[in-house]
Amino acid sequence: MARMKFVCDAERCIECNGCVTACKNENEVPWGVNRRRVVTLNDGVPGEKSISVACMHCSDAPCMAVCPVNCFYRTDEGVVLHDKDVCIGCGYCSYACPFGAPQFPSQGTFGVRGKMDKCTFCAGGPEANGSQAEFEKYGRNRLAEGKLPACAEQCSTKALLAGDGDVVADIFRNRVLKRGKGAEVWGWGTAYGSKQAGQPPAGAAQQPAGVTQQPAVKS
Amino acid sequence: MKFRLSAMAVVAAATVSVACGDKPQALNAGSASKQDATPFSGTGSAYMDTGWKAGDKASWEQHLKTRMQNGQNEYTKAN
Repeated sequence: MARMKFVCDAERCIECNGCVTACKNENEVPWGVNRRRVVTLNDGVPGEKSISVACMHCSDAPCMAVCPVNCFYRTDEGVVLHDKDVCIGCGYCSYACPFGAPQFPSQGTFGVRGKMDKCTFCAGGPEANGSQAEFEKYGRNRLAEGKLPACAEQCSTKALLAGDGDVVADIFRNRVLKRGKGAEVWGWGTAYGSKQAGQPPAGAAQQPAGVTQQPAVKS
Repeated sequence: MKFRLSAMAVVAAATVSVACGDKPQALNAGSASKQDATPFSGTGSAYMDTGWKAGDKASWEQHLKTRMQNGQNEYTKAN
């Protein structure tokens, strides 16, 4: 199995915040802590794009690199987790993280800034699988239940994909090729090879620049 | 002289590239956290999905892959 990964398809995300709600509900995340957020670029402008962001479970996680008490670890499945019994709530990880994933509850141990809380890829933490202690500290361990993260599984438009990185890549690649859009984005060639990169949708190649393709009418 | 220069270059390159090493990040490699059970060992709760055997890594992986295709890839159903 490859590493567990999230991908959010900006062409599909409709900013419904269902993933945020599902995450909070499944893991009973306290007020003021959002393990997942929906970020919208050019909000209100035609063509706005949204993506759902949480911990990306980096292969070389900066939070892990800066943690002074080494509370982070990565599982064999590539999920970055941390031990709340070791965390001192210093906040270094939140400065290091490029995605703003580490969150700090305002009420709890250490008062104003409690112990760090973040997306666990619904994989719990260093407590017995499915135990009450694990649920209270880290949330539901859906991976050990044979399920995938709640945010992705409930996504109505299937914009948010989660699971084995190879399968995520297969689903996303197939989707982009079928709809004929998306391969022009930066990084496509690196991820999937340059064959499809920058290729316009079939049938649009001969049209002059500036002309919008009309939807096909079936007779 | 030439040999000495090349030796110095090798030593300098080795010294400079020391910082590029990748530290192990697994649970038992320097992390101060407790032990964590593997996800494929299951939870034993009534909420576990059926169709795989707890403790069998291969069946867990296959189960998740099938679940991904069924739940997240509508092209396998619609097109």
